[in-house]
Amino acid sequence: MKLVIIDYGAGNIKSIQFAFKRLGVDAVLSNNIDEIKAADKVIFPGVGEASSAMKMLRESRLDTVIPTLKQPVLGICLGMQLMCKHSEEGNTDGLGIFNVDVKKFSKAVKVPQMGWNVIYDLKSDLFTGIKDKEFMYLVHSFYAENCAEAIATTDYEIEYASALQKDNFYGVQFHPEKSGVEGSRILENFLNL
Amino acid sequence: MLTKRIIPCLDIKNGRTVKGVNFVNLIDAGDPVVLAKQYAELGADELVFLDISATLEGRKTMREMVLKVAEQVNIPFTVGGGISSIEDVDVLLKCGADKVSINSSAIKRPQLVNELAEKFGSQCVVVAIDAKQIEGEWFVHLAGGTISTELNLFEWAKEVEARGAGEILFTSMNNDGTKAGFANEALAKLSTELNIPIIASGGAGTVQHFIDTFTIGKSDAALAASVFHFGEIPILELKKELKENNIQVRL
Repeated sequence: MKLVIIDYGAGNIKSIQFAFKRLGVDAVLSNNIDEIKAADKVIFPGVGEASSAMKMLRESRLDTVIPTLKQPVLGICLGMQLMCKHSEEGNTDGLGIFNVDVKKFSKAVKVPQMGWNVIYDLKSDLFTGIKDKEFMYLVHSFYAENCAEAIATTDYEIEYASALQKDNFYGVQFHPEKSGVEGSRILENFLNL
Repeated sequence: MLTKRIIPCLDIKNGRTVKGVNFVNLIDAGDPVVLAKQYAELGADELVFLDISATLEGRKTMREMVLKVAEQVNIPFTVGGGISSIEDVDVLLKCGADKVSINSSAIKRPQLVNELAEKFGSQCVVVAIDAKQIEGEWFVHLAGGTISTELNLFEWAKEVEARGAGEILFTSMNNDGTKAGFANEALAKLSTELNIPIIASGGAGTVQHFIDTFTIGKSDAALAASVFHFGEIPILELKKELKENNIQVRL
């Protein structure tokens, strides 16, 4: 199993790497296009601001590579948001893999949403063994709207897509690497896809 | 629904856990990595590590500790203490910390908050505020509560929110170490006037204190040290009681 975490300068990838290490898998950090293409599974992380992250992706040409990948790809947090059509954060276009836009939470709730909330309406093999309304750790100010590609939903001010899937592309808004044993189970499920 | 968070805080000096009572008289309470792992298994929602080492050697030990915690613990954690530059934050995040908390350095140079939020995102910038109520007014203190300032708690909190802080960790120096309850009036005011999460700190002694800070104090999270470290309040039981009192928690 060759697992690559795309390293394009955005975010805390150490904890993702450690989470897989706890599952007995050594993930390789890479921004090398050939290495990413050759991997069995790819993790697309991201923490930070959307438009600057997209800029970094464009600079390394990863913006054209990621949408063409054929193996299972898992976007986490901002990674998931960048796989969408467009984000209100920095008013940037995303990779357009998921046919949905990313919006900002209104001031009716505290922003960022920070902490543990439940995911429900689970619709993917990614969630094998995960019970409906399981708690996951989330930290975000922007959200993907609920849509046909949603495979999990969460409620914070509104119902939004907390996980998305299209073909071999998966995205989760929450941090499975920080969501205890249940989060770890989701990463294991991804490895087993 | 987003749940209220229970956060054990581990004060670290030269790689060991300590807890100050009213910021003096330090008592040893164990190995931070072992404690952290235990807390994650026992239902803590998040952890905070505050480095109170004063030496460069102590800081280096802290980084090694952060790496070990990230390796072994599967819940989020914040690291604070002595952080004063983008480089400091960069190193800690690369070691696997999820968030950093800054305190004195933000007071000395408020622009640091903007710089950190811009570079790393608001979600990882916690501004810790130690404040003391003197004749009815809350004054911000720095350097672990040893130096008073003219800054008003609420004005300072609003300023750091505007500068990009993602969360406020408010410690009431009047309550800290007393085990007589959190400063709920000030907490409720912060929570109402600001639109970012507020972590209550200082004064936890009983389960009722936690209930009060989530209801009366409108806090989003509650942080405590000694009641957890010495097993006075087991986290799981605390969360069960919170749930019985209609407070949403992760169980």
